[in-house]
Amino acid sequence: MIPVQFDYVAPATLDEAARLLAEHQDEAKLLAGGHSLIPAMKLRLAQPSLLIDIGRIKDLAYITEEGDQIRIGAMTTHYQIEASERLKEICPLLPECAASIGDVQVRNKGTIGGSLAHADPAADWPAAILALDAEMIAVGAQGERTIRAQDFFVDMLTTSLEPNEILREIRVPQPQKNTAQAYMKVAQPASGFAVVGIAVNLTRGDDGRCQSANIGITGVAAKAYRASNVESALAGNALDEQTIAAAAAHAADGVDANSDLYASADYRRHLAEVYTRRAIQKAIAKL
Amino acid sequence: MSKFVGQRVKRTEDPRLIKGLGHYVDDIRLPDTLHVAFLRSMYAHARITNIDVSEAMNTPGVVAVYTGRDLGEKIGPVPCAAALPDLKVPDHRPLASDKVYFVGHPIAAVVATDRYAARDAVDLIMVDYEELAVVVDPEEAAKGGAVVHEKFGDNVAYKLTAGEGDIDAALASADKVIKQRILNQRLAPIAMEPRGVLARYLPGEEELTVWSSTQIPHLLRTQLALMIGIPENKLRVITPEVGGGFGSKLNVYGEEALLGWISMQLGKPVKWIETRRENMASTIHGRGQVGYIEVGCRNDGTITGLRYNVFADLGAYHQLLTPAIPTLTGLMLSGCYKIPAIQINVTGVFTNKMATDAYRGAGRPEATYVVERAADLVAAELGLDPVEVRRRNFPKPDEFPFKTATGLFYDSGNYEAALDKALQNADYARLREEQKRARDEGRIIGIGVSTYVEICALGPSQAMPAGGWESATVRIEPTGKVTILTGASPHGQGQETSFAQIAADELGVDIGDVTVIHGDTSIVQYGIGTFGSRATAVGGTAVYIAIERLKEKANKIAAHLLQADISKVVWDENGFNLEPEPAKVAAGAGVPEADLPAGQAPGASLPEPQIEGKKSLSLQDIALAAHLAKDLPPDMEPGLSATYFFEPKNFTFPFGTHIAIVEIDRETGEIKFQRYVAVDDCGKVINPMLVDGQVQGGIVQAIGQALYEEVVYDEQGQLVTGTLMDYAVPKAAMLPWFELDRTETPTDVNPMGVKGVGEAGTIGATPAIVNAVVDALSPYGIRHIDMPIKPENVWKIVNQQS
Ligand SMILES: Cc1cc2nc3c(=O)[nH]c(=O)nc-3n(C[C@H](O)[C@H](O)[C@H](O)COP(=O)(O)OP(=O)(O)OC[C@H]3O[C@@H](n4cnc5c(N)ncnc54)[C@H](O)[C@@H]3O)c2cc1C
Repeated sequence: MIPVQFDYVAPATLDEAARLLAEHQDEAKLLAGGHSLIPAMKLRLAQPSLLIDIGRIKDLAYITEEGDQIRIGAMTTHYQIEASERLKEICPLLPECAASIGDVQVRNKGTIGGSLAHADPAADWPAAILALDAEMIAVGAQGERTIRAQDFFVDMLTTSLEPNEILREIRVPQPQKNTAQAYMKVAQPASGFAVVGIAVNLTRGDDGRCQSANIGITGVAAKAYRASNVESALAGNALDEQTIAAAAAHAADGVDANSDLYASADYRRHLAEVYTRRAIQKAIAKL
Repeated sequence: MSKFVGQRVKRTEDPRLIKGLGHYVDDIRLPDTLHVAFLRSMYAHARITNIDVSEAMNTPGVVAVYTGRDLGEKIGPVPCAAALPDLKVPDHRPLASDKVYFVGHPIAAVVATDRYAARDAVDLIMVDYEELAVVVDPEEAAKGGAVVHEKFGDNVAYKLTAGEGDIDAALASADKVIKQRILNQRLAPIAMEPRGVLARYLPGEEELTVWSSTQIPHLLRTQLALMIGIPENKLRVITPEVGGGFGSKLNVYGEEALLGWISMQLGKPVKWIETRRENMASTIHGRGQVGYIEVGCRNDGTITGLRYNVFADLGAYHQLLTPAIPTLTGLMLSGCYKIPAIQINVTGVFTNKMATDAYRGAGRPEATYVVERAADLVAAELGLDPVEVRRRNFPKPDEFPFKTATGLFYDSGNYEAALDKALQNADYARLREEQKRARDEGRIIGIGVSTYVEICALGPSQAMPAGGWESATVRIEPTGKVTILTGASPHGQGQETSFAQIAADELGVDIGDVTVIHGDTSIVQYGIGTFGSRATAVGGTAVYIAIERLKEKANKIAAHLLQADISKVVWDENGFNLEPEPAKVAAGAGVPEADLPAGQAPGASLPEPQIEGKKSLSLQDIALAAHLAKDLPPDMEPGLSATYFFEPKNFTFPFGTHIAIVEIDRETGEIKFQRYVAVDDCGKVINPMLVDGQVQGGIVQAIGQALYEEVVYDEQGQLVTGTLMDYAVPKAAMLPWFELDRTETPTDVNPMGVKGVGEAGTIGATPAIVNAVVDALSPYGIRHIDMPIKPENVWKIVNQQS
């Protein structure tokens, strides 16, 4: 529970941080809320020799609206998102997901950018970000690029961020009218992380049928994923009980499910199905 | 006369703890302190063929590295106080030398100028291991195969049979005999504060002080003196604030001795603060029993006999009480029932794991779990209501003291009263109707009842390995302030408050004028400690009787000063009065300002007590007179203090009824509490808030065992649940509301009638919860399910059937 020795810098600007990261790439780590990194360092699973604290950089924590996008700074804490009245109104999936993370202390320190960059297979944010079809804005020494959520999560603890890139912002398309959202989670009793976490973002057409459905699922596999067979089973169909149940049965299609002390792979798949159905129902109940 | 006793007095220790101003071991900072880090085995069983510490030694900041080979026999073995016939006792030294026997087994200690350097150097020690065959499962261990300690030939550390009555005949003549395999899984105690030791040797004075987070400062001093070879009166153990123990600090650990010894080698203070990972791997575990019960009954539900054949998973070594824990299970196998024939057959086995030892309840939760599961098995077999089976087997209130077939005498009890109150609070009859209706609707609801009795106030010295009495000194200082020294050093229970409540009432002073001192062997007379729900019943009683003794002396001084015959002097909460006129001032109103000696600049002389013409003397007047000693009865010792060592003549046996109501999610197997109702009887209550707190905490740990917690080692003996990310302790948000109530059946084992409540929740609640889940699953033909009951297991049961 004692990390190896490391140096610490707190750059004042993002450019400075990017420069330091490019310079020390292999041995440096960005420090955001520290709530994944510091525990890993204490167990000596992570042994960076330099911590670049991006917590002192001004204007990395914000929730704004630009055109038809919601923009969230990478250093925005889980709690800031949970507590945003505006988000509760226009994109309730985000505060709902935030509220399900850890406990108050974790939510007060941990950041959305840190969680996404860390890409824990049982973290909550990836499910929501996938369901919202968000974009990540990454800054590197060569400038900025945009990564679609679908392309962001590569594997367990691996994203498509380059080692010298910093996640700066998350952009979420403004949900349209008649959008139904919900997040539901079975928390692992020891860690509080998701055994399964289901994010639902679907739109109902004027005809009462499902216009589009985005389902993000975390906790089940090595990385969070979009349940595309569920989505296609919903799209264009009436949102009745049978349709939803039949669609939810595809929640873990083609997925190599995790197994651990708490839940076998079979049970995880089963939970994914049950909670996908429940989360969809919970979402449309709000319409 | 009870202004404080019986009241919900807020804990006087809390403000400092809440503000972060308390001092735990790690808060004590001495100049020049060196820090220790341990290299611990990563293998469950291996021969150490070579250790190379040279690189570690050459690390900047490193002062010394000690290995088991360096130590040899310089430090005596880690003690085991359990005296069992033919017990195999492995030689247990603070550091492994030739072999390691479990993951976390300490191999080397690095001493450095700071914690970081010490920890870094641990990684530089090179150890060559030759892996050996590992044995993890206690039943496998008993059969043969891999052997933990080669020199013993097998893994059976002892076998023990206990109980009375003809069990074979009882089972043979029973209408029904029900058999069940029952698991009491290994648990980790997880005190909030891990262990920690600071040791300082003063070469000039030849004195060693050891600060340790322990439940037993005096016993630790004696044992450390023997292990290290320092005279006991040159060793001082100080137990500052202790952040919980649950039995895990009722022990003597190799690290405690080693730190003391290292400080003596280096002549500097040395400190070690256990990490949470070390705490999971190298602090004792609890439970770890797998057993087979046979319970015989008549068709009317009368239980006629109970046999429990149990394998106790001892781990690789004996810690202080390791092999003794299952004997407590044997003692409590009668539960709160009249069972004429009981037999326990214990096979204590070595495994390549950390030692098990006392964890909240220490053998009794295991027994209660067995008996309460047995009662439900009988009910299920006979189609009776579990409540009726219990009622049928209770001894009646007039049958106390009640003798069990395990050789105990239960002091007092009224089991039916507690049961009835709990049933009424829960509205049991209606619950059963609701359950029926819910089942018709396809919902799965379970109601679990547990009626428990436990053994507290440990205990008569005859029955205890190191004495079972407790001590107290009560002193009235010259200024009238009251100082209590208790040997029952607490680790979170709140004795500073509850003992002050007793003293404030008995002495007629304000609670704020009483200070309770504990946990320093140079200040406090020898004491036994806080465990076995004994602190109030034994330690509190010592305080109470010391006060009685002190008042007898004060009474004599009062009579002398008032120039009256002692029979004319009457005590009330204001002091000693010449005439038996009840005073008008409210009880315990505190020290009247005018009576306080003023102007106590250092060296100033104390004022003379104003006696002339008085008809009443406060305790403060008398304390001052006793201290100044200018006018005392002939041959009377000056000063006003009394010390009492209380030896209880029996244990006490608190009891109660717990009822859990759960609902199971039929699709996922997830278990939710609907309600939790408990009625506990711990005799007379000193502070209802502290009692509630103990019961609540106990139930939480029971919920942990029933539903979440399990120390898991894999087949290689690797600790799978080595962090709190894997080992699930229940969090506040996972808990139901506890509907608590009490009955009060005093004991005559001690003058205050108190019994003890520290472990009741854990003992009573575990079977109530499991019984509730089993009850819920009974339509699926389920009679038993092992702990921790995971949703997946429940789901499988429901899923297979529907
Ligand atoms: C007790 C506890 C319970 C928790 N429970 C949950 C839970 O239920 N659900 C859940 O989802 N999470 C949970 N977490 C994790 C928590 O949400 C973390 O806060 C989050 O995973 C990481 O965010 P952070 O800001 O703390 O990042 P840090 O720990 O500071 O960083 C994590 C990693 O991301 C990198 N990084 C950080 N920011 C950036 C960036 N802007 N660009 C590029 N790389 C970056 C860091 O270098 C590091 O490798 C829990 C954590 C704890 C300690």
